[in-house]
Amino acid sequence: MLARVALGFARDGQSAVPAMTRAMSSVKLPDLPYSYGALEPYISGQIMELHHSKHHAAYVANLNKALEQQAEAEHKGDVAKLIALQSAIKFNGGGHINHDIFWTNLCPHKEWQPPSGELKTLIEAQWKTLDNFTTTFSAQTAAVQGSGWGWLGYNKASHKLELVTLPNQDPLSTTGLVPLLGIDVWEHAYYLQYKNVRPDYLKAIWNVVNWKNVEERLAAAKK
Amino acid sequence: MAQSLPPLPYDYGSLEPHVDATTMNIHHTKHHQTYVNNLNAALDKFPELKDLGLVDLNKAVGTDKLPKDVATVIRNNGGGHYNHSFFWKVMTNPSNTNGPSGDVKAAIEATFGSVDEMKAKFNAAAAGRFGSGWAWLSVKPDGALSIDSTPNQDNPLMTSLPDVAGGIPVLGLDVWEHAYYLKYQNRRPEYIAAWWNVVNWEQVAENYKAAKAGAVPL
Repeated sequence: MLARVALGFARDGQSAVPAMTRAMSSVKLPDLPYSYGALEPYISGQIMELHHSKHHAAYVANLNKALEQQAEAEHKGDVAKLIALQSAIKFNGGGHINHDIFWTNLCPHKEWQPPSGELKTLIEAQWKTLDNFTTTFSAQTAAVQGSGWGWLGYNKASHKLELVTLPNQDPLSTTGLVPLLGIDVWEHAYYLQYKNVRPDYLKAIWNVVNWKNVEERLAAAKK
Repeated sequence: MAQSLPPLPYDYGSLEPHVDATTMNIHHTKHHQTYVNNLNAALDKFPELKDLGLVDLNKAVGTDKLPKDVATVIRNNGGGHYNHSFFWKVMTNPSNTNGPSGDVKAAIEATFGSVDEMKAKFNAAAAGRFGSGWAWLSVKPDGALSIDSTPNQDNPLMTSLPDVAGGIPVLGLDVWEHAYYLKYQNRRPEYIAAWWNVVNWEQVAENYKAAKAGAVPL
């Protein structure tokens, strides 16, 4: 409502739409639920700090920039510009969504617990054992060409779990699945520690996967 | 004939301080070697492709010359092997580099206005490539220079791919994170700027001459 009134004023030839009239407010970089070093020795503190304070922060900053430009283009009715902005919103918006989920999917090793309840039941129904699940997930995700993610998703229609890989920062929402657990295999997620040996990173990370969070996401998806 | 890892034309430390020795070592002995190994494994299963040679293998990507079962593996690893073999040669010890001269300099100035303007465009393509990929300066089929970027291990030789603007590469830059992360971390633009210090302009001139004659440098 307020936005529409303000747009009416702006149409009289005044300058760019002020921030308060934008449809959505700025996206913010979330805090990590743990310290940068908390996932050692499986993921180094140096990686966590760069990954959060530089890479994720850049997605947030670039997303906000693109959203501002989008609001301005909408205000001006510049459809060509709206189209031109779509890849920046997908890249940076996807980057923000994915990392936002990722930080909650991880926890210090001392807090690690195996999957329980409904999640355990579904994993065992489809993969027999947790070990077989993680091995399959790791193999599929290791095979991602270039940059991308491995995902465990929930299919609301079939009530089943699915394993998917996606390129770049494409969010799992593009497949219709609900994201439960994502593992980043962009080289920035592991290179300083594991160099080219992506499979070693994919073995180590299971030590810090926060299965409680994955269970919570599954429960929310089933509502 | 099996593909093999070409030796570097210089020591691992020769491109310091712009590209660090550890990166050159891992990039060559691990990443490039893996592309070679995977390519050979694929070619062993489809020996009729062995006679094509690396350049024609790359040109065949996206065509039905490559059987469906091996098309993706060839694209990723045939591309990776060509790209890196090309890449090592367009770099050299910083004390050797003088900037472009002769025909390629004239062509750059004619197309882009100046060498600096060409670099600015190239830098934008390299920095703007989202995810993994390469930036290229190539000679198009009509003989003109052009700047593009490609994802993953695609390259301008793969003209049959829908999103590839075909051409013969003259200069290329790897912007996969493994190419710069140990030294530059997330600061890709800093890596790109530093890399100009190690460009082998003599090789670029040779590449340009070959490309204008329709031959693919390797």
